[in-house]
Amino acid sequence: MKMPKPDQATIARRSEIIKRLRAIVPGEGVIVDENELTAYECDGLMAYRQLPMVVVLPQTTKQVSDVLKACHEMDVKIVPRGAGTGLSGGALPLADAVTLGLGKFKAILDIDYDNRCVVAQPGVTNRAITEAVEDEGYYYAPDPSSKIACTIGGNVAENAGGMHCLKYGLTTNNVLGVEMVLMDGEIIRLGGKHMDAGGLDLLGAVTGSEGLLGVITGVTVRILKQPDVAKGVLVGFPNVEAGGECVAKIIGSGIIPGAMEMMDKMVIGAMQDFVDSGYPLDVESLLVVELDGQEIEVQYLTERVSEIAKSVGSTFLRVSDTDEERQQMWKGRMSAFPSVGRISPDYLTMDGTIPRHRLADVLTRMTELSKDYGLRVANVFHAGDGNLHPLILFDANKPGELDRAEEFGHDILRLCVEVGGVLTGEHGVGVEKRDLMGEVFSEDDLKQQQRLKCAFDGSGLLNPGKVYPTLHRCVELGRMKITEGNIPFPDIPRF
Amino acid sequence: MREVLKPETEDQVLEVVRWAVSSKTPLEVRGQGTKQGLGNPVVCDHILDLSGLSGIELYEPQELVMTARAGTPIADIQAALDEAGQMMAFEPWQPKGLYRTEGGTIGGMFASGASGPRRPLAGAARDHMLGFHAISGRGEQFKSGGRVVKNVTGFDLSKLMSGSMGTLSVMTDVTLKVLPKPEKSRTVLVFAPTDVGRAMLDAQNSPYEVSGVAYLPVEVAAKSQVSYINHASVGVVAVRVEGPAPSVAVRCQLLRELLCKYGEVEELHTSNTVTLWREIRDVEYFSEGGDIWRLSVTPSEGPTIADALGDVHYLDWAGGLIWLQASGQDAERIRAAFPNGHATLMRAPNNVRASVDVFQPHPDGLQALMDRVRAGFDPHAILTPGRM
Ligand SMILES: Cc1cc2nc3c(=O)[nH]c(=O)nc-3n(C[C@H](O)[C@H](O)[C@H](O)COP(=O)(O)OP(=O)(O)OC[C@H]3O[C@@H](n4cnc5c(N)ncnc54)[C@H](O)[C@@H]3O)c2cc1C
Repeated sequence: MKMPKPDQATIARRSEIIKRLRAIVPGEGVIVDENELTAYECDGLMAYRQLPMVVVLPQTTKQVSDVLKACHEMDVKIVPRGAGTGLSGGALPLADAVTLGLGKFKAILDIDYDNRCVVAQPGVTNRAITEAVEDEGYYYAPDPSSKIACTIGGNVAENAGGMHCLKYGLTTNNVLGVEMVLMDGEIIRLGGKHMDAGGLDLLGAVTGSEGLLGVITGVTVRILKQPDVAKGVLVGFPNVEAGGECVAKIIGSGIIPGAMEMMDKMVIGAMQDFVDSGYPLDVESLLVVELDGQEIEVQYLTERVSEIAKSVGSTFLRVSDTDEERQQMWKGRMSAFPSVGRISPDYLTMDGTIPRHRLADVLTRMTELSKDYGLRVANVFHAGDGNLHPLILFDANKPGELDRAEEFGHDILRLCVEVGGVLTGEHGVGVEKRDLMGEVFSEDDLKQQQRLKCAFDGSGLLNPGKVYPTLHRCVELGRMKITEGNIPFPDIPRF
Repeated sequence: MREVLKPETEDQVLEVVRWAVSSKTPLEVRGQGTKQGLGNPVVCDHILDLSGLSGIELYEPQELVMTARAGTPIADIQAALDEAGQMMAFEPWQPKGLYRTEGGTIGGMFASGASGPRRPLAGAARDHMLGFHAISGRGEQFKSGGRVVKNVTGFDLSKLMSGSMGTLSVMTDVTLKVLPKPEKSRTVLVFAPTDVGRAMLDAQNSPYEVSGVAYLPVEVAAKSQVSYINHASVGVVAVRVEGPAPSVAVRCQLLRELLCKYGEVEELHTSNTVTLWREIRDVEYFSEGGDIWRLSVTPSEGPTIADALGDVHYLDWAGGLIWLQASGQDAERIRAAFPNGHATLMRAPNNVRASVDVFQPHPDGLQALMDRVRAGFDPHAILTPGRM
C-alpha cells in the first residue's frame, strides 16, 4: 500500500505553517513536538504509521474555519481526526499534512426530548450521547463496539454501524443535521431538527465520506425511547449452515430483531479463559438474538425465534429470564475482538458484507483460504445484515506474515464482492481497502464519486490518498469526453 | 411540438443522453409523468420517457431486497411485494390526491424522494435505496451502492439521487430495501385534544413504537371517509400502531391510557386504519381546491406555526409535517413563519410555480455547493434543467 509522495516543499515550510496555525489556535492547541506527535501516528489500523507534520486541536468552529482557510491558502493538506479508532486508516497521518483533531469539541449543546434529538460537538463520544439521555429513558441507537472511545463526528464520517443497526438503522438513518467546514473555510449547515434537509441530499452524501468532503463541527442526532423490555436468545448450532439458515428464516418470517449476532467456534474458544460468557463450547456457531419492544410482543417473538431455531436443528437454546441474563449473553459478543487479541499477537479485522444466503458458502471458502495461507481466521458477524468481521490472526514479528495476512484479507473481500456483496459494511475504505475499489467499481464509477469530492473540495487537500486509488485533478475530472450520439436513433421508439 | 423518446434498453438510454450531450439538447427525464405537478415547470422540446425500461430484475424476499428497472410501474412492484407479504416501509405517496394522476414508476418515486406517515419511524425513500445504475449528464454509465443494507464502499450517491427530480443523472435501475408488512395495524384516536402538540409528542415519544402521529383539525376531519372521524365534529389526533397482533392490542391499550387525559379516546381497526393513513399520506383531504404547501419543521413547533399561519391545514409526523392549503404566491409569508425547516409548493398552476421558489431557497454558500455538485453530474444542465 503506497501513500502519495510527501511534498518536500511543504515539509520545508513547516515552521511557517506552524506559525500561521499558532496565530489561530493558541498555546497547546498546536502540537509540534515529536514525542507528542507519536500519539497521533496511527488510527485503529495499527499496521500503518506515519508521524503527522503538525497536529492542531482547535476548539471552535471559527478556529476550524480559519485553520482550513489558512491551509487552503498555503496549499497544505489536512487529515481530520476524531478519536482515531477507525479500522481502515482513514485518519492515518501524512508526512506533509496537518492532522486536525476534533478532540476538544467535547460539549453536548442541546438535549431536546420533545423533538427526540441531541445536538453535539463532533468530539463527543458515541456512548456519551446515550449517557446524557438515559436517565430520561432515551438512547442513541447506532452502537459501534468502540462506542466508549469513538466520536460522533467520526461516526458520521464513517457511517458507523453497530449491533442495533439491524432494526434501528445506521448512522446515516439517525443523523438529522450537521455543521461542517469546507476546505476553503466556508461553514455549511445541513438539516436540523426537522426531517429531510431540503434540496439535494448533501447530508446523506456527507455521511460516510471519510473526511474527504469537509470537517464536521456539529452533529444533530435522533434519540429513541428505550424499549420497555428486551430479551436475549442464545442459540448454538452443530454446523454453520444451520446457523445461516436460522438467520434467513427469522428474517424471512417477518421478524426484525433488535440485534442478531453470530460467532464461530474459534471466537467462542478464544473468549473461554478471558470472559465468563457462559457460552456452550460444543457448538460450531452461536447466535445471539435480541428481541425488544413491549412485553407481550417480546414474549411472542421469543417463542417464534425459539421455534425457528429448533426447526433448523439447534443443539443449544437459552432464553434470558432477567435483564442480567440478557446482558450476560452480550458479554461474550462485546469482548469478541479483545478475546481474539489474546490468542494471537496481532489480527486484522475485515468488514465485508454479503447477501445473507451466501453465508455458509462464504465461510466454507474462507476455511479453504485459511488453509492455503496458513493463517487462522475467527469470525464474528452482524448476521442480520450480512456484515462479516473475519479476524485474521497473524504475528507481525514473523517476516512476511503481515503481507500474507493482508493478501488473505484481500481474497476474503474479493470473495464478498464475487457473491454480490461489498468491501466494507461499516469500517470504511480508508487506505486499507483503497486499492481494492476497482474490484467493485469501474473507472467511470470512481470518477463520478470523485466529482462529488471536487464539488466540496476542488483543491483536493482534504484527506488525500484515502478511499480512491487514483488521484485525479478536478480540472481533469471536469473535462468532457464527447461521444457523438447518433441521431435519429433508428431503434428507439419516438412519438 | 415536443418529441418523446422512449428507449427500451439501457444502451438506448445511453445513446439518447450522448446525443443530448453532444448537441446540448435539454431532456425532460420522465417516468409515467404522474408527478408533473411537482417542482418548477420544465420547458424542453425533448422528453426522455423511461417507462419502456420496465421489469423487476431481482426480488429475494428473504434477503429483503429488490432490483427493478427504473420505469417499472409501482403497481407491479406493489403486486410482487403483496404476494410476499412485504412492503416499502417508507410509505411512498400516491399522486392521486395532489395531481389526480395514478400510477407512477419506481424510478420516479425515488427521484421525487417520496415518504409518508411512517417517515419518523422507518425513514424516507433515501433510507431505503441501496444502489442504482445511471447515466450521468456527461453521457457516462455509472453505478453506486449495491444490494446489501450495510455498505460504506465509496460515497453514498444513492442519497443524492433520491429526491433529485430528474436532474443529476438518469437512473436505469434501482435496488431497494423492502421489509415485512406488519401483521396488524390499528389507530388510537383522541377527540378534541386539549393540547394537540403535547398529545402528539407524548405518543411519538412513548416506548410503544408508533408508526404514525397526525392531527386533523375539525374542518379536515370532516372530509375523512372514516365515519368515526367525520362524525366527530371536532379535531382528532390519530396514532397508528403496527406489529404482531397481540402486541398491537396491548400497545393500543397503553396509548389510550397515556392519551386519555387529553380527550376522549377511541380505536380504529384494520380497514379504517388503512383508509385513514392513505388519506393522510396522499393528501386526499385537499384533492379539491387550490394550492398546497408542504412544510417540514421542528415537530414541537408544528402546531404553533400552523396556527399562526391561520390557513386550512393538517399535521403529520407528530407535528413535523404541515400540509397547508394556501396560495402559491404566499411563499414569503409562509417561509417567514418558521425559522428552521423548509416549505415546498406541492401544487399550483404552472404560471404560479414558474414565478415563485417552489423549493425552499438555500443560503448562498449552500446553493453554490449544490450547484457545483449538480455540475459534477450534469455540467451542461441537459437533464430536466430547472425542475429543482
Ligand atoms: C475495538 C473496535 C471496535 C469497533 N467496532 C465498530 C463497530 O462495531 N461498528 C463500526 O462501524 N465501527 C467500529 N469500529 C471502527 C471505528 O470505531 C468507527 O469507524 C468510528 O466511527 C471511528 O470514529 P473515530 O472518532 O475514532 O474516528 P477516526 O478514526 O478518528 O476517523 C475516522 C475517519 O473519519 C474522519 N473524521 C473523523 N472525525 C471527523 C470529523 N469531525 N469531520 C470529518 N471527518 C472526520 C477521519 O478523517 C477518518 O477518515 C471499531 C473500532 C475498534 C477499534
